[in-house]
Amino acid sequence: MSYLGYGVKSVPTGFRKLLYVNWAIVLLLVAITSAGFLQLYSVAGGSVDPWMMPQVKRFALGLTVMLVIGLVPIWFWRNIAALGYLVSLILLIAVELFGEVRMGAQRWIDLGFMLLQPSELAKITLVMFLAAYYDWLPLNKRSHPLWVAIPAAVVLVPTALVLKQPDLGTALLLAMGGGTIIFLAGVHWAYFATLISAGVGLVVAVFKTRGTSFQLLQDYQYRRIDTFLDPANDPLGAGYHITQAKIALGSGGVFGRGYMQGTQSRLNFLPEKHTDFIFTTLAEEFGFVGASTLLLLYVTLIGFCIVTALQTKDRFSSLLVLGIAMTFFLYFAVNMAMVMGLAPVVGVPLPLVSYGGSAMMVLMVGFGLIQSASIHRPR
Amino acid sequence: MKRAPKDTLESSRLLSRRTLVVGGVQLAISGGLLLRMRSMQLEQADQFRLLADENRINISLLPPARGLIFDRKGVLLAGNEQNYRIIMTREDAGDVEEVLERLAQLISLTPEDKAQALKEIGSRSAFVPVTIADRLSWEDIARVTINAPALPGITTEVGLSRYYPLGADLAHVVGYVGPVSDYDLSRIEDQDPLLQIPKFQIGKTGVENKLEQTLRGSAGTRHVEVNAYGRVMRELSRQEGTPGKDLQLTIDAGLQSYIEARLDGESAGAVVIDLERGDLRAVVSAPSFDPNLFVRGISVKNWTELNENIYRPLAAKAVQGSYPPGSTFKMITALAAIEDGVLDPEETIYCRGFTEVSGTRFHCWKPSGHGNVNLHDSLKYSCDCYYYEVGQRVGIEKISAMAKRFGLGVRHDLPLSAVAEGLAPDKAWKQEVRGEEWRIGDTVNASIGQGYVLASPLQLAIMAARLASGRNITPRLIHTIDGVEQPANSDQSLGVNENTLRQIRAAMDAVSNNQRGTAYAARIAQSEMRLAGKTGTSQVRRITAEERARGVTSNADLPWERRDHALFVCFAPVDAPRIAIAVVLEHGGGGSSAAAPIARDIALQALYDGTPPIEAYPSGVRDQVLEQQQRIEQRVPVGSVRFSDRA
Repeated sequence: MSYLGYGVKSVPTGFRKLLYVNWAIVLLLVAITSAGFLQLYSVAGGSVDPWMMPQVKRFALGLTVMLVIGLVPIWFWRNIAALGYLVSLILLIAVELFGEVRMGAQRWIDLGFMLLQPSELAKITLVMFLAAYYDWLPLNKRSHPLWVAIPAAVVLVPTALVLKQPDLGTALLLAMGGGTIIFLAGVHWAYFATLISAGVGLVVAVFKTRGTSFQLLQDYQYRRIDTFLDPANDPLGAGYHITQAKIALGSGGVFGRGYMQGTQSRLNFLPEKHTDFIFTTLAEEFGFVGASTLLLLYVTLIGFCIVTALQTKDRFSSLLVLGIAMTFFLYFAVNMAMVMGLAPVVGVPLPLVSYGGSAMMVLMVGFGLIQSASIHRPR
Repeated sequence: MKRAPKDTLESSRLLSRRTLVVGGVQLAISGGLLLRMRSMQLEQADQFRLLADENRINISLLPPARGLIFDRKGVLLAGNEQNYRIIMTREDAGDVEEVLERLAQLISLTPEDKAQALKEIGSRSAFVPVTIADRLSWEDIARVTINAPALPGITTEVGLSRYYPLGADLAHVVGYVGPVSDYDLSRIEDQDPLLQIPKFQIGKTGVENKLEQTLRGSAGTRHVEVNAYGRVMRELSRQEGTPGKDLQLTIDAGLQSYIEARLDGESAGAVVIDLERGDLRAVVSAPSFDPNLFVRGISVKNWTELNENIYRPLAAKAVQGSYPPGSTFKMITALAAIEDGVLDPEETIYCRGFTEVSGTRFHCWKPSGHGNVNLHDSLKYSCDCYYYEVGQRVGIEKISAMAKRFGLGVRHDLPLSAVAEGLAPDKAWKQEVRGEEWRIGDTVNASIGQGYVLASPLQLAIMAARLASGRNITPRLIHTIDGVEQPANSDQSLGVNENTLRQIRAAMDAVSNNQRGTAYAARIAQSEMRLAGKTGTSQVRRITAEERARGVTSNADLPWERRDHALFVCFAPVDAPRIAIAVVLEHGGGGSSAAAPIARDIALQALYDGTPPIEAYPSGVRDQVLEQQQRIEQRVPVGSVRFSDRA
C-alpha cells in the first residue's frame, strides 16, 4: 500500500524529515562502525594508516548517502525498484563478459574512476524489487505457483550469475535474503518445506558428484568445505586460516588480552585480519565481553529494524526493511559463524567493521532505504 | 489504487506473524553464536591461550660457558676464547654482492667463501642473520667496525670457543672438543637439549670427553616472541645457564711440556707418578698433535698427515700403547718366586749364555753368560738365564698374579680415552683366547717380560711406584672439581714382604748407580737425588739363528719399525722415593742407551720442579745436557699460538 493510500498529512515534509530520522539506528551504526575503527587502528599496529582513515572517510560518505536516500520519499524507491533490478542484472552479465579477474574471481567492473562490484548492488536491488513485487501482487495470488515462480526466478537468476563468478558468499546472501522476503510475503509453507528438502538433496548431490566431470562446485570450494569440516586436516594450508582464527578468538578469554595486545593479530598469525577475520582480533583483544557486546549491538540493530518494519503501514516498506535487515543479519551471522568454525570460509565480511568500501556502501544505501521507510511512514 | 481494509489487516497480521518467525530464527541463530563464543572464550580459553603462546614463543637455548681445565699449579690447559664472527642480514644490506665486495677488501674472503655466503643468504629469509666469516682476529673486527657505515647489514658477534693454550703438549690428556655428530647423538644417553644446538661442541677425547657432564654445565633459556614468519620481535625472558665446573688435573704442565720436548723425534710414551697420592704428574705421548685443529674443524690435509704418520701422533701411547715390558718385568718374576718361597735372594744360579728348555735354546742377552748370579746381580746385569730358571720354578700362574698386584694386566680407571688393559697372561687366558695349551717355553719368555706379556707405560710407572712404596698406589688424574679435592686411594699396603722389596730396590739402585749396572751411564750424580731403575729392551721380532750366526743384532742396522723397544722404569730419590717414572721408546733401541737417559732427565726435572742444577749430571754428559736444556727452553709447543694473536 503506497503512502498515497493513507493521505499526505501524516507524513513529515521538507527539513522536518530530519527530526524523524530514526536516530537510534544511526547511533547503533556509529557504535558498530566505531568498533571497526578501533580494530583497524589496532591491527595496523597502532596507526590510522592504512586502514582506519579511509574507513572513517567512507563511513562519513556512507552516512551522507544514507541521509540523502532517507530523505527521498519511499515511493520513489518503490517506483525505480524494477529498473534497479534490471540494471543489476545487466551489470552482472557484463561482469561475466568484461569483468576484472581479481583473486581468482570475476567480480569487478572497472568504470575508470572506481571498481564496481555488481553483486553488491544486486543485494539491495533484489530486495527492493521483491518488496515492490509483493506490494503490487494481490494478496490472494501470492501462493499461486505462477506467482511464486516469478519471484523464485527473480532470486535465482542473479544468484546463479554470482555463483558463476564464483562468489559463494554473496550467492548465499542473495538466495537467503530473497527467500526471506518471499517467506515474509506470506507464500504458503509447503513451498518452503519443499525447498528445504530440495536443499538437503542438493547438498547430497554436491558431495556425490565431487570428482566427476559434472561436479557442481569448483575444486577450491570443495576444499573450503573440507577445511571447514576438518581444519586440523591441513593446518598449514587452507585450514591455517580457520585454525589461527579460532586460536585468536579462544585465547581472548573473558576480558581479552588488552587493546593492541593480541598476539595472534599483532604477530600476523591471523590471515585477512583487517577484513574477513577482524572479528577474531576484537574477540582476542576484548574477550568474551567485547565480542558479545558487538553481537548484542548487531542484534539490537536488527531489533530496531524489525520494529520499524512493523510500524510502517505499507507492504513495500515492511518487506524492504525486513529484507535489508535480513541481509545485514546474514552478513554478521555468516561471518561470525565462519571465524568461529561453524560455517565454511565463504568470504563474507563483518558488516560495517571489516575494512572495505563496497560492503559498507551497500549497507549504508540499505540503511538509507530503511530510514526512508521510517521517515515516510504515516503517523 | 485502493484496497479493502480487510485485505490490509489480514496482510499486516500475516506479515507480523512471519516477521516474528524470521525474527525468532535470527534470535536463535544469534543465541547459537553467543553460546559458541562462550564455549570458546570461557571454557576453552586456556587451551587456546596455550596454542597462541606456542605460536608466538620460541625457546632458544643459551649455551653455558664450558668449565676450564687447569694443571696442578693453576696453569690453564683448556680455556674459552672469544671468537669473533661477522654476520650479515640480507634485508639490511640492500645490495648483498656490493657489500660483500667491500667486506672482502677489509678481511680475507676467498671467492669460495663469498660464493658460500651468497648461497646461504639467498636460501634464507631476508631477516635471518647469516655467518659470513668466523674466527677473526681482533684487528679484522676492528677494521670492519670502523667501516660499519659503508657496510649495511653487517654486524659483528662474539661467542666462546674452546682453546688449548699449550697446544699439542696435553692433547692426549685433555683431549679436544668438536661439534656434536649424529654418531655422538646415537651414543649419548642423556638427551641434553644443548646437544641440538647447531655446532654445539662436546668433548670428543680425553678428559674433555670423560668429564663431559662436569664440564658442560646446563643450558640457559631465552624466550623470544616471533611473528608468523619467524622473525624475532622481542625477548620475553632470559635465564642464564649454569657454567660448567672447572677442573684441576694432577698434571704438572711444565713437566709435561718438558717431557714432550725431551721426547722430540721419538715415538714414545712416558708417565710420571707422584708417590704420595698416586697423582699423575705427566702422561706424555710423542709425537703429539694440535688439538686446536680439531676444534676449528680439521682440514683433510691435516687429518691425512696425522693419520698416515708412521709415528702415529693420534695414539695416546702412554696409556693406550701395549708393549712387551722386557727386562723391566724381571722384578715381578723375582717377587713371585721369593714370595712363593721357591727362591732365596742369596741363592746363585749359573748363567752360561743360554738355557735349554725342552729342546729349545733360550739365549741370554750376553752370549758369553754372566756366570753365577744371585738376585741382586741378576737385576744389576739384567741376566736372562737367571729368570728362565726362576720363572720355571714358580710357574706362570704366580707370576701373572704378582703382575696384577703391581698393576700390570689390569685396566686402571682413569678419565682418558682408550686406557689399555695390557696382558699378564696365564694358562686360562691362553686356553680361552688362543685355544692352545700353555707351554713351558711361554713361561720362560714371560719370565723376562717377552712373549705374551704386554704393558703400557702407565702400568709400568704404576709398577715402579708400587715397588718403590710398597703401597697399592692408584693413579689419579683429577685433582679438584669445582675446587673440591677428589679422593686419592694410594694408602693401602700391597702386602708384599717389605724385606724382599728392599732387596729388589737395592738391586735397582745398583742398576743405575753401580758401575757395572746397565743404566750406570744414565745415573744422577747427586747421591741424595739418585734414582733406582731397571732397563728393558724388548724384541718386536724373532732373531733367527741365521742372524745370530751372522751377528747382525745391532739395532742401527735394522729398519726403524723392526728395532727393539727401549724401556726404563725407575723411582727417585732412592732413599725417600717421591716419584716413579716409566719411559717406553718405540723401536728406540736399547733401554740403557736410549730410554734411561731420558728417564733420568725427566726425574731431575720433576724432583727439582724445573731445570735441575748441572751438578746433578755426571760430568761427562754436562756439555751435552746444557745444550739440550737450551734447545728445550726455546721451544714453543705446537699449536700454542692463539689465533687471535695471528695477524
